[in-house]
Amino acid sequence: MFRLSANPAIDTVIKLMTVAVAMFAFVFVVMVPLYNVLCDALGINGKTSGEAYTAVSAAVDESRTITVQFVATNNEGMPWGFRPAVTMMKVHPGAANDTVFFASNPTAENMVAQAIPSISPSRAAEYFHKTECFCFNQQPLEGEAEAEMPLQFIIDQDLPRDVRTITLSYTLFDVTEMVGDTVAAR
Amino acid sequence: MGDHHHGPAKGLFRWVFTTNHKDIGTMYLWFSFAMFILGGTFAMIIRAELFQPGMQLVEPGFFNQMTTLHGLVMVFGAIMPSFVGLANWMIPMMIGAPDMALPRMNNWSFWILPPAFLMLASTLFMEGGAPAFGWTFYAPLSTTYAAPSVTFFIFAIHVLGVSSIMGSINIIATVMNMRAPGMTYMKMPLFVWTWLITAFLLVAVMPVLAGAVTMMLMDIHFGTSFFSAAGGGDPVLFQHVFWFFGHPEVYIIILPAFGAVSQIIPAFSRKPLFGYASMVYATAAIAFLSFIVWAHHMYTVGMPVAGELFFMYATMLIAVPTGVKVFNWISTMWRGALSFETPMLFSIGFLVLFTIGGFTGLMLSIAPADFQYHDTYFVVAHFHYVMVAGAVFSMTAAVYFWLPKWCGRMYNESMGKIHFWVSFIGFNITFFPQHFVGLAGMPRRIPDYALQFADFNMMSSIGAFIYGASQILFLYNVIATIVAGKKVTDEKVWDGAEGLEWTLPTPAPYHTFEVPPKLDPAHTHS
Repeated sequence: MFRLSANPAIDTVIKLMTVAVAMFAFVFVVMVPLYNVLCDALGINGKTSGEAYTAVSAAVDESRTITVQFVATNNEGMPWGFRPAVTMMKVHPGAANDTVFFASNPTAENMVAQAIPSISPSRAAEYFHKTECFCFNQQPLEGEAEAEMPLQFIIDQDLPRDVRTITLSYTLFDVTEMVGDTVAAR
Repeated sequence: MGDHHHGPAKGLFRWVFTTNHKDIGTMYLWFSFAMFILGGTFAMIIRAELFQPGMQLVEPGFFNQMTTLHGLVMVFGAIMPSFVGLANWMIPMMIGAPDMALPRMNNWSFWILPPAFLMLASTLFMEGGAPAFGWTFYAPLSTTYAAPSVTFFIFAIHVLGVSSIMGSINIIATVMNMRAPGMTYMKMPLFVWTWLITAFLLVAVMPVLAGAVTMMLMDIHFGTSFFSAAGGGDPVLFQHVFWFFGHPEVYIIILPAFGAVSQIIPAFSRKPLFGYASMVYATAAIAFLSFIVWAHHMYTVGMPVAGELFFMYATMLIAVPTGVKVFNWISTMWRGALSFETPMLFSIGFLVLFTIGGFTGLMLSIAPADFQYHDTYFVVAHFHYVMVAGAVFSMTAAVYFWLPKWCGRMYNESMGKIHFWVSFIGFNITFFPQHFVGLAGMPRRIPDYALQFADFNMMSSIGAFIYGASQILFLYNVIATIVAGKKVTDEKVWDGAEGLEWTLPTPAPYHTFEVPPKLDPAHTHS
């Protein structure tokens, strides 16, 4: 067998140390990216794509109507007002739909928020395409200001037929401290 | 090389500078017993608080610190080091080696442990208190919402991880390179085999734990977002990383326990171990399967059905090699000339109670049923049956079994038997009712409970006090044996014991097998 040292015990130690270091690296370079890739590819955990979707076909399936529900939640300690303009829409797969969410910053400070989406049932996530979403970017808002935040989405025609209702939930996080004042002052 | 025939150095520095496997084994064993008492004290506080419904003794925040530290201290401070200590003492003697392969590293892997636990325990006195997020330290509880002391916790985990990795590398290097001539792999005692496999598990997964706490550290102090949803991370990722370490970890704890009882049951059955080869293969199979079942700890996080099914079937598969082991232990006893000294009593106690814990594990593996059991006292009952009645009973059996060989004095058999029966009864009074309150919906890690659980909880607490008190008897028995036990000089302390360690004089001299032993060609494993 391949020997790294004349002393067999030292040889064993070097090989095992390599395994230990490799396993430490494995967490960062394999487990974390693989988890994210799997979640994106399979749409598990209700994660939707973080990037804008470009429509591939304009065909609209009028035979099916899907109910889309909107939920807006503030993460703990987030003082903003945050709500959808409508809580429910009836849409056809393939059609482009528009709606907005309202946000208001009741504090006197400039703040930055990040909305994190989640789809239920989670297997519908990969069929829920967003062509425009306020969740793609961090949302700065000056003190005591309000904003309309647009959302445009298309439901894929390949959505499993037994899915008739999709709930899109946004949780709004305060990321002011994470991004610093540069964005807040923008 | 100097003179090898000297005894131990004099004075306190003997223990600081020692590279002798027996000294280091002894220090590991005493350290782990001290941690067992410390973790036990935390458990007593938990059970005292739960003696009656309502808030009785401690603040809820402090209760959470107790559950967290109890788990961490017992897993990393008591059970794991105790088996490392046993490995240090026994592996060189069992394979006919003069010492461990890397004696200086051995000294180092022990001596970084006490500072790590001192640091962990010191968090109790810090502002904001000790870690209070459970021994599984799920993010974001352990990141966003943790007390500042979490950084000390992270460093303690890093240090004890390094200690475990060095200890395991040492064990593998010893077993692979220092066996006496003729001691082939398939002639090694089963305790050596289970430790060899355990050491490989440790080398593979302790770095994963280190990775998990490093990511926590980076999220807390360096602005990364591994586990923070706001920054694009995912708290569920933490659970995957943690349990990728955590499930092999439970086999790291139990496999050496399997090894120890596989030495003890044949000795008191006066028969060789039934199905030696199948025991080795079953151990390897369990170790392999432990890597592909981690998500059965997280059935309720919202996995796809395919994932739930995969982890459910893979988990159930573990029952097969484990069943092989239980079958082999029973078959070893079958028609044996049994006698019931304390080590045998603890081994049989292990066998019965571990099997119960295995069955509740099988219940928990069923994904749809697990939604009811998840995070209830049923889980607490399950893992105490496998951790306490499994690992701790086996360790206790091992101490009684080899103590006369270590110190040349016999423990008090009546006191040992009393210790067993009080432990066995106390343990069952503590944990059996927890199955019922768990099935009825009592959640774990909560300092208060609904009134209908009051009777069973009081029972549990009384049992815990009995079990806790019986360990003081154990401590007394061990000290009394070392100081004033009846002298033993027979090489084979137990008439049915087999193996190289029983060919050495009693008590085992400071240096053993400086010349490799000649193996009896008829000698097989023991």
